[in-house]
Parts: sequence; structure tokens; C-alpha cells
Amino acid sequence: MQISGAQMVIEALIAEQVEVVFGYPGGAIMNVYDEIYKQKGFQHILVRHEQAAVHAAEGYSKVSGKVGVAMITSGPGFTNAITGIADAYMDSIPLVVISGQVPMSLVGTDAFQEIDAVGISRPCTKHNYLVTDASDLARVLKEAFYLARSGRPGPVHVDIPKDVTAQIANFDYSKDVEIETYKPTVKGNVRQIKKAIEAIAAAKRPLLYLGGGIVNANAADLVREFSKITQIPAVETFMARGVLHHADPLLISMLGMHGSYAANMAMSETDLIIGLGARFDDRVTGKLSEFAKHAQIIHVDIDPASISKIVNAHFPIVGDVKSVLETMIPLAKEQIDPTRYDAWHKTIANFNKLHPLGYSEEGDRIKPQWVVERIGQLLGEDANISTDVGQHQMWTAQFYPFSRPRQWISSGGLGTMGFGFPAALGVKRADPKRVSINITGDGSILMNIQELMTAVEYDLPVVNVILNNNFLGMVRQWQTMFYDKRHSATDLSLQPDFVKLSESFGGIGYRVTTKEEFDAALKDAVEKKVVAIIDVVVNRFENVLPMVPAGGSLFNMMLEYKEK
Amino acid sequence: MEEARRVISVIVLNEASVLSRISGLFAGRGYNIDSLTVAPIPDSKYSRITIVTAGSVRVIEQIIKQLHKLIPVLKVYEHADLVEKEMAMVKIPLGESISDVEALAHAYNGKIVNVSSDTLIVMVADEPHRVGHFLEAIKRFHPKEIVRSGSVALER
Ligand SMILES: Cc1cc2nc3c(=O)[nH]c(=O)nc-3n(C[C@H](O)[C@H](O)[C@H](O)COP(=O)(O)OP(=O)(O)OC[C@H]3O[C@@H](n4cnc5c(N)ncnc54)[C@H](O)[C@@H]3O)c2cc1C
Ligand SMILES: Cc1ncc(C[n+]2csc(CCOP(=O)(O)OP(=O)(O)O)c2C)c(N)n1
Ligand SMILES: [Mg+2]
Repeated sequence: MQISGAQMVIEALIAEQVEVVFGYPGGAIMNVYDEIYKQKGFQHILVRHEQAAVHAAEGYSKVSGKVGVAMITSGPGFTNAITGIADAYMDSIPLVVISGQVPMSLVGTDAFQEIDAVGISRPCTKHNYLVTDASDLARVLKEAFYLARSGRPGPVHVDIPKDVTAQIANFDYSKDVEIETYKPTVKGNVRQIKKAIEAIAAAKRPLLYLGGGIVNANAADLVREFSKITQIPAVETFMARGVLHHADPLLISMLGMHGSYAANMAMSETDLIIGLGARFDDRVTGKLSEFAKHAQIIHVDIDPASISKIVNAHFPIVGDVKSVLETMIPLAKEQIDPTRYDAWHKTIANFNKLHPLGYSEEGDRIKPQWVVERIGQLLGEDANISTDVGQHQMWTAQFYPFSRPRQWISSGGLGTMGFGFPAALGVKRADPKRVSINITGDGSILMNIQELMTAVEYDLPVVNVILNNNFLGMVRQWQTMFYDKRHSATDLSLQPDFVKLSESFGGIGYRVTTKEEFDAALKDAVEKKVVAIIDVVVNRFENVLPMVPAGGSLFNMMLEYKEK
Repeated sequence: MEEARRVISVIVLNEASVLSRISGLFAGRGYNIDSLTVAPIPDSKYSRITIVTAGSVRVIEQIIKQLHKLIPVLKVYEHADLVEKEMAMVKIPLGESISDVEALAHAYNGKIVNVSSDTLIVMVADEPHRVGHFLEAIKRFHPKEIVRSGSVALER
């Protein structure tokens, strides 16, 4: 088929069964936008800032499990998108990001809106391409989708000069992808798996350490089965919330810097960590030399570079966690005695009793944690929950009753303020039947507030709940605790009227100061089905607790904080 | 942990961007490069890159895994038992004793490769540490310019 480079982009997206592209046009990508205008195969959603295009594609991908697609122009369009690309890279989210570039004849001349896009995206993509000839486009785009979703997923960036989108060449999308230098390992080594099972059968205090890789592998059901037949207790990373049902008696809680006391103590006392798709992030391990001192480690990860990167694994298993669990489960049934860990369960129950996760009510003041719990009570499983970054994010991770994987969408690795609202738009687009809630902060929401317009235009009724503490709260908390209360540049007393702000875009808004008002506002917002901001006035100086201070060890948590 | 010198060979697809991916990886992750050489492998679509680096066992293991993770990388070898050679050229003003220079070069597997009206160029090819010795020894002939090639290596 002889078609233009721009038409090839459309044909490839349709062949990949892409149903939505989040994007923003400009000079270098105009040929492609001209073809978008003519086609009917997918929807294009015009965001109002390129960063939001990428976050929306991330949210879409996280909930649907498909590759998210974003499209932007060269120069400033691309540089605006880079935060989103980096975010997807850190959280292993499969995306294909297509950017326009100045024509090949101008590349390297500091032309108008020229920037070395592949040079910038190289360290924060799984792979990237500068396409110099339209006859490469079919192969490159097909590889891009394949690379994005296979192995350890991640964003792939394809930069296409304007003359290449105009060039006519042959297009054949039927060829299978054949990259001889890229062969991810899916099946785990069976001998190694058998050894791991023997280690579990011999352990006294084994602990499942569940990570985001399980969500990616769609392996939550298998994890639930494995934990049920073995009766091994589990901790979840921030990225793994929802892998086990919140009410599962074997789930201790989230571990790490803001994990629960019991989860962190279990990690400190275990004699065998069974790590599944988790990468021993520094927010999880705390001080490395003190981390899980008594434990041997089984580490299942599809990326060999994740294994023994931070802590040495005694039983490294490279492979897809779903496939590995399929091998493990029948062996576990034969070899593991589920009553073996009864004493261990009692120890953990004691940790839980000693310092349960909680917060104290203070008169009529709304506590931010209450808001999170209340959303959970009112919407529970029926909502998908996105967040921005800060205290509100940690409270959501701690207190929301997650019941399924892909219910939880938050920026973990990069910690990108401004992620939540556009991500929630992508979530709503992927799963329109469920309510899409963005739990956000008064700081973060302003970082992509322009997306109110996108929400109205494309009828994506996200409900933004601001836990408004008039502070860059997470930074304020550190200043209070570790900088002698010098609250440098974190006071956000000056605020817009969020109700009017939302209304001015065509959305709705509520200012909430009591619990009754909150219930009413949430109910109303969900029913009205227009984009909403619920501005909840919460306790200004609330801290996220418990906490492992930076560089501290997991078993040395700060359980409460007393004003000095 | 002990920092040891290591030689790593990387077989990569011949692509415009591949060298920047590798050097970017080293720079971005804080690994050092003592030397790096690259040339196409004859009659193939691959190139061979030889990198001399230093690091603890754990760092070297990460370097190898991270190199593997790059899409255009086919193979990564860390050499244990290898033959390693490096080349150096030195420009020396004429007026020094040519036969003395020649004798020194000879001891390091080299020779004079060019003589012009006022300088000569001497070349040696030897193990890297021996090239280092040679460059020490040649100092007394007042070298004007020195160039080292970086290591190339083959498994025995
Ligand atoms: C303010 C703030 C505070 C935070 N505090 C905490 C905290 O207290 N506790 C906490 O846990 N996190 C916390 N985080 C998040 C933290 O930064 C990391 O994002 C998170 O811990 C990483 O989770 P993970 O180990 O599950 O890895 P992910 O980033 O989800 O990585 C997944 C791993 O699984 C592997 N994988 C992917 N697909 C597969 C597959 N199919 N099969 C097998 N393996 C696969 C990948 O190679 C990778 O190694 C915080 C973040 C912020 C912004
Ligand atoms: C883009 C970006 N800039 C700065 C930070 C550093 N940072 C982390 S949390 C935080 C405060 C967030 O404030 P807010 O959104 O009001 O949330 P709160 O902590 O008050 O709940 C800041 C500034 C960040 N994570 N991302
Ligand atoms: Mg705030």
C-alpha cells in the first residue's frame, strides 16, 4: 500500500486497535492531525496541556491494561510532555508517545521549534526512535507497541520529522515483530522455582512482598490463590494496592515509609521474603543495612536488572510473575503445610493490635483520613481512585478500602504533582461505568487545572476531591518535623475560589466544611455526571503517620508526633 | 567494596543512536568509563564495543544487566580470561636519536611509522599497562603529542 507517512500513523493506530489518542497539535505534527480529521477509527481527545496528554494516556493504560497513546508536536509540545513520559517510565506504564519533529533537512540547524527530542527522552523511555524514512514507519510503530507492552512495560517514544509524514512509501503492517536483540524471559526457571518452594516449606515466618508487577501481569487472582492455599501473610507496596482484597485476613497492609507498623515489623521479622514484581524501592526498604536482616529472599521479576540491584536475592527467578505462579501453585499445594505458620500469624496479629493504622477525630473538624474512608464507604469497589502527590496521596494509599487491582492509579516512582486529574480523565475514558475520583491537594490540583476544559468538552465527569489544608502539606510536614517548623514557601493560604473556578469551565463545585456537607456533595457530584471539584476544608496541620524518617530503619517508626 | 578494573564487550546493532544509548547509560547511572572503543564487526550488521570500567562486583553486575536491557544490545561479555591490547602513537621532534626511539618502540611491539621534516611518529601495540610503561619511557624524547586508542579484547 503506497500512502503518506501521516496516513501510516493512522493505519498503525487502527491496526493496534487504539480507541483513543490524547494529544495536542502544532506545526511539525500537522500532517498527522490532518489525517486524524479524516479518519473514524479512533477518538482524539484534545487536552489543554501536553503533560496532561501523557498522564491521561497513563490513566487510560493503567485501568484498561492496554497501551496508552499520546501525540504532540515538536519543541515545546515535546518538552511539555516529558514529565509524563518520565512518570510512565518510573512506574512501568506501557505508552506509545508520537511527536512531530522539524523536517530532516532542518534537523541539526537549531530550526524553529527544534529540540533533540530523542536525546531528551532516551533516559526516560524503554526505547525511542527518530524515523528518518517513511518506509521504516510500519516496522517502527509495530515495534513501539510491542516493546511498550511486552517484558517490563514502559513508554516508547517515536519522533517523526514533518517531511517523513508527507513522504509516500510502501506500508505493510502484517509482518511480525522480529527484534533479535530483544527477547524477554517469560517462563521462570523450573529448578529455581522448585528450590524456592522448598525454601518456603522450610521457612517459619515467610512473607509475601507484593509489587506493581503483579498488576501489570494480571496475576492478582493467582496471588490470591497462592496466599490462600499457603496461608502466608502479605504486605503490599504502594503500587500493589488492590492486589489482595482490603478485607483479606492475610493482608497486613502497605509497608514502607508510610506503611503500617505491623507491615514493617513483619518485614523486619520475616525469615523469607517472597518478592513478586516488587523492586525494593528506597521508600520501602528504609535503611538498607537494617532491612529484613533475618530474611532469605526469593525474588520474582521480569526484569533481571531489578533482581539483586538493591538487596541480594538468594533465589532469583527471572520471568513473568503470572507464569511463575502457575508453576508454583501446584507445587505449593503438594509441599506447603498451611498450618505451619500459625505462630507467625499470632505475632503479626500482635503487631496489629499494638499499633493499628488509625487517626484521631478532633471535634467537628474534618480529618483528611476521614474523607478517604468515607469515599470508601460510599463508593467502595464502584470507584476508580486516582491521586496527586503529597499527604492526601499517602492517606489514600493507607485508608482506602481497595478491593481489586487496577482500581488504584497514582504516581509512585516519580511522584508527579499534577498527575491525578488528567490521569483520572484517562481512567474515566477507559472505564466509563465506574466513578472516577481524583483525591488531590490544594497544591497539586493547580498543576493541571486547565483540564477542566477537557473534562467538559469530552464529557468525562471526574470528581476531584481536594483535601484542602492550605499547605504544600507533605513538604510542610517535613519542615515541621525536621526543619524546626520553618515553613519555607509551603503556605498556600492564598487560594482561588475552587467552586467558581470549576463553574467558570462549565463544571460544578462545592465548598465543604462539615461531614454532612461532604456526603451530600459527593452524592450530588456523582449523580450530576459533570466534572466536579469538592473543596474539603481539612485540618491544616495533620501529619501522615506512622512514618519511617528518611534513612531510618523500618522497625524504628515514628508512631506519633508531638509538637515541640 | 573493592573496585576492580573490568573489560566488557558489547555486541550491538549498527544504529545511529546506539553509542549515545550506551554512553548515556554510563553517565546517567554514575558508572565510569576508562576507555571505550567501537568498530563494526566485518560482514555483519553488528558492532563491537569494548569498554574498560571499574567497580565493585555488584556495580559491574548492574552495568551488565543495564547494558542488556538496552534494546539494540545483542550480547554482553565480561571478560575474565582475555587477550587485551591497546595501541598508542607518539609524535617526537626530530633531533632525538632515531635509533634510540626505534629500539624503545621495538621493546613494546612497535616501530616508527612516519618521519616528516621536523617530527617522527612512533606507534606501539601492547597490553594497556605496558603501553603505560612505554609512555613513561618515551618521555625523555620530549613527545609533542600522544594518542591512545583504548583497549580491545578477545576471550582466549
Ligand atoms: C510521597 C511518596 C511516598 C511514598 N511512600 C511509599 C511507601 O511508604 N511505601 C511504598 O511501598 N511505596 C511508597 N511510595 C512509592 C514508591 O516510590 C515506589 O513507587 C513503590 O514503592 C514501587 O513499588 P513496587 O516495588 O511495587 O514497584 P513498581 O514500580 O510497581 O515496579 C514493578 C516491578 O515489577 C516488575 N514487573 C513488571 N511486570 C512484571 C511481570 N509481568 N512479571 C514480573 N515482574 C514484573 C518490574 O520489572 C519492576 O521491578 C511513595 C511514593 C511517594 C510519591
Ligand atoms: C511537580 C512536583 N513538584 C514538587 C514536588 C514536591 N512535593 C511533594 S508533595 C508536595 C506538596 C503537595 O501539596 P498538595 O498537593 O497540597 O498536597 P498535600 O501534601 O497538602 O496533601 C510537593 C511540593 C512534587 N512531588 N512534584
Ligand atoms: Mg495541600
